[in-house]
Amino acid sequence: MKNTLIALCAFMLLTAGCSHKNKQPAPLQATATGAAIVESSGGKQIGYIGMPLDQTVVVQVNDASGSGVAGAAVYFRGPSGVSFAPAAALTDSSGQVTTTVALGQQAGRYKLTASTRDGSGKKAEVRIDEIALGYQQTVGAQLNGQYCVRCHDPESTPQRVSNMDNLAVKPHPFTEGDILNKISDADLVAIISHGGAALNKSPLMPPWGYTLSKSDIAALVAYIRAVADPPHEAGGLVYAQK
Amino acid sequence: MVVGFALEGYLLMKDKLSSIWRFFFGDSARAFGSASIILLLLLAIAPAKNHFSQWRHYQKRYLHFIRGRADAVTLERHFQGGIQQIWIPEQQITDRCTTCHLGLKEASLADVSSVAFRKHPVIPHSLTEFGCTTCHRGQGAATTLQEAHSASEQWEQPLLPAKYIEAGCGQCHLENQTGTPFLNQGRQLISAYGCTHCHTIKQPDGTYILPDDDPPSLKHIADKTTREWVYAWIKDPQAYATTATMPNYHFNDDDARDISAFVLAQSAPLEPPIQPVKADANAAADPAAGTTLYGQSFCASCHATQNAAGMMVGGNVGPELTGIGTKAKPEWLQDWVANPNHYDPGTMMPHYRFDAKQVTTLAGFLESKTEPDFVANVHLDPATPAQIEHGKRLVVENGCASCHQINGIKKPENFAPELSRIGSKPLNQLIFVEGVEHTLPDYIGAKVRNPRAFGPSLKMPQFKFTPQQIDAVTTALLALTDRAQTQPPNMRIASVQQTKYEPAGAAGQLMRDLRCLTCHRIDGHGGDMAPDLTWEGTAVQREWLTQFLKNPETLRPALIRRMPKFNLPDSEINTLTDYMMTVYQTPEFDRDSLPVSQLTPAQVEQGRQLFYSKFACQSCHIADYKTDKGYIGPALAGTGKRFNAAWVYHWLKDPQALRPGTIEPNQHMTDDEARSLTAFLMSLKSTGSKEAM
Repeated sequence: MKNTLIALCAFMLLTAGCSHKNKQPAPLQATATGAAIVESSGGKQIGYIGMPLDQTVVVQVNDASGSGVAGAAVYFRGPSGVSFAPAAALTDSSGQVTTTVALGQQAGRYKLTASTRDGSGKKAEVRIDEIALGYQQTVGAQLNGQYCVRCHDPESTPQRVSNMDNLAVKPHPFTEGDILNKISDADLVAIISHGGAALNKSPLMPPWGYTLSKSDIAALVAYIRAVADPPHEAGGLVYAQK
Repeated sequence: MVVGFALEGYLLMKDKLSSIWRFFFGDSARAFGSASIILLLLLAIAPAKNHFSQWRHYQKRYLHFIRGRADAVTLERHFQGGIQQIWIPEQQITDRCTTCHLGLKEASLADVSSVAFRKHPVIPHSLTEFGCTTCHRGQGAATTLQEAHSASEQWEQPLLPAKYIEAGCGQCHLENQTGTPFLNQGRQLISAYGCTHCHTIKQPDGTYILPDDDPPSLKHIADKTTREWVYAWIKDPQAYATTATMPNYHFNDDDARDISAFVLAQSAPLEPPIQPVKADANAAADPAAGTTLYGQSFCASCHATQNAAGMMVGGNVGPELTGIGTKAKPEWLQDWVANPNHYDPGTMMPHYRFDAKQVTTLAGFLESKTEPDFVANVHLDPATPAQIEHGKRLVVENGCASCHQINGIKKPENFAPELSRIGSKPLNQLIFVEGVEHTLPDYIGAKVRNPRAFGPSLKMPQFKFTPQQIDAVTTALLALTDRAQTQPPNMRIASVQQTKYEPAGAAGQLMRDLRCLTCHRIDGHGGDMAPDLTWEGTAVQREWLTQFLKNPETLRPALIRRMPKFNLPDSEINTLTDYMMTVYQTPEFDRDSLPVSQLTPAQVEQGRQLFYSKFACQSCHIADYKTDKGYIGPALAGTGKRFNAAWVYHWLKDPQALRPGTIEPNQHMTDDEARSLTAFLMSLKSTGSKEAM
């Protein structure tokens, strides 16, 4: 008995200096549960390494009939380096939770999950994919904004009117992975450098090889690969939780 | 009994010990042997520590990792064991990072999941020439993960979080670079929000980051606005205009009352004085005419207004005008619209040649743009001398004169700490507060985000930045390191500074009055909103320029910002065209070196083919309003009336040579192709877009 007591004291003394940082968010007191969780907005954004995404990520917890449930607990999780503010929250009156996401330190695709538990304690999950651009892809993104976007992006804003509708042959938006992924890096470089006509494609695409440097064009290809949807297989790492 | 046992145990132990002693040190031979063994064991401690060191562990893991790969042979051949080091004495770099980060240069390891073994992302620099800690910080000479990556009492610079990594580039690159958007944005914000009115930032190349927010002089403020407006504005500038760059000082009601009292009291009337309102009821009563004139004058190129949907429409060169009628007095608005130089000789606003009716129309239109709520609850009693005196003290204490010109108060020197080396600031010189992590980036970020959190008596005001803007400003500040200041000058890429070019003579006077350089750049001086005019005299025909100044047509259909109509009299237009046609010429070629008469109809036809098929210029340009829709470059339907053929020819051969940075691609045309295209373009003599409408 005495020995046990001494052993206990010794153990407590030994471990007194250690403290465990609890990384798990404190469990939330959910007042309701839903049947499913869906993404409302904020998926498929193109951000930069380590930086918060421009738009917040919004998910919604629905009941069996598909309408929002207030007071359900939602937990966000992602691969290491990704941070959420907040990482866990209760849904608001419309059944939604909004969080600000900062991506990790490496360029690539990030697979995030938002989860909730239904009435029986079973986990319901939704996956949200985001893209982080590194240095080379950032150069590509900047060049894209300067030279390519007005024809290759169908979206018009008051500051930047899209030229796509004015073109007889429509250019491919860079996110159009199912088409662009089939073109090899070398062919992409050739089309950008020498124009569409060089590969028997539309001459509406001008040659940029005498205006942009080789590293500029490599950066553009890196950007095109990074934003492809569906993803390009060599488009960098996919970060998901183990 | 217990004592008995203990005694027995002790005697037994003593016996045992002495027998062990005898076994090892019983005679001289045994003693020598044992001592040698102990010595050998002691000597083995250092090699053993080395053998079990962390970096060896990483190297073993790396070798194990590459063995399983198809390219194992190549990778093994590249592998070099032992401590690796990048040593660059002139930059004081001793980086042993490559001891553990073994795959940094291996192209085939670009996508491996272990950060330690992954290839370094593509950057324009060689790791061997620049090292690692130049950009990433951390302790280069360390060989354990903890020491290399983290901060300790002896080492204050841990690895820089990735979101600030562009700070590394900014140590040498003082110019704007394509690959560093956040650094560029941060530097731009530091200028645009006028941080350097108070903080000096001397860049390593000896230049200073200059403010470009142009805060107004307060010397005649009573002529412009009311004390009530000043009171409400200093309480919360963003409540008046969300785009306002003036920070919030969180003044209490009494302080705001006294400051507004002093600011109005120090104001002196303009000389010559502003004339009272010209009553022209007809013009003022016609809001449609005001809207039209506001549009025709392209006020929105520089000024924004908030529309009914809450969207900001217009440029950000001048102040937002959403509530200008609440701010400015009617007679001041008329005086300003008639000639801004009268109130502020240093303004960026051009002097439009409005007639009396236009002045009342436009001023009346602006007067109608009000935000009555802004001053609705402000009721101030007449100021007492004590209040004015207190207001003056507050103005001095808060350094208002750092930004604004104020009668009787000198601009304070060194009002805030110099930030030229803030990126290397030792942490022991900083005072952290609760909730801010003990690192330099966190300190700077927190300080920019909420300065008063560091103490309510601190003077730095609250700026309105988004989280992303705070990161950008932090990045730009982190680039201001000791290393940046002390490294060899040949490492630096200097910032691009504006030249001091000013046009000369009567035309120069006129161009300053019209503020051409607010939008246009000439010889490296001026804005970048409108085309560079350095060689405009070579490019265009005199008749076109005359017509254009008289009535600017739309050259680029997709642009919102356009050249305003200044209502210039013919004499002024002549002065301007004479000067521009004579002075703004390129030395590279003569504008008359390719007479149109030398271009044949066959060439015109061939040029048409080239335009529409081989080079597909219609993607971006309009040659014929009936068929073409290209929306990116300027419309070319009037080229024959606008440009000189020699300019067109040289432009087609190499656009960037004539205007660096233009997005027109160099098509690498042959001389013949360029000549034929020139012939075709010069044959286009449409007078403008109106024909097609």
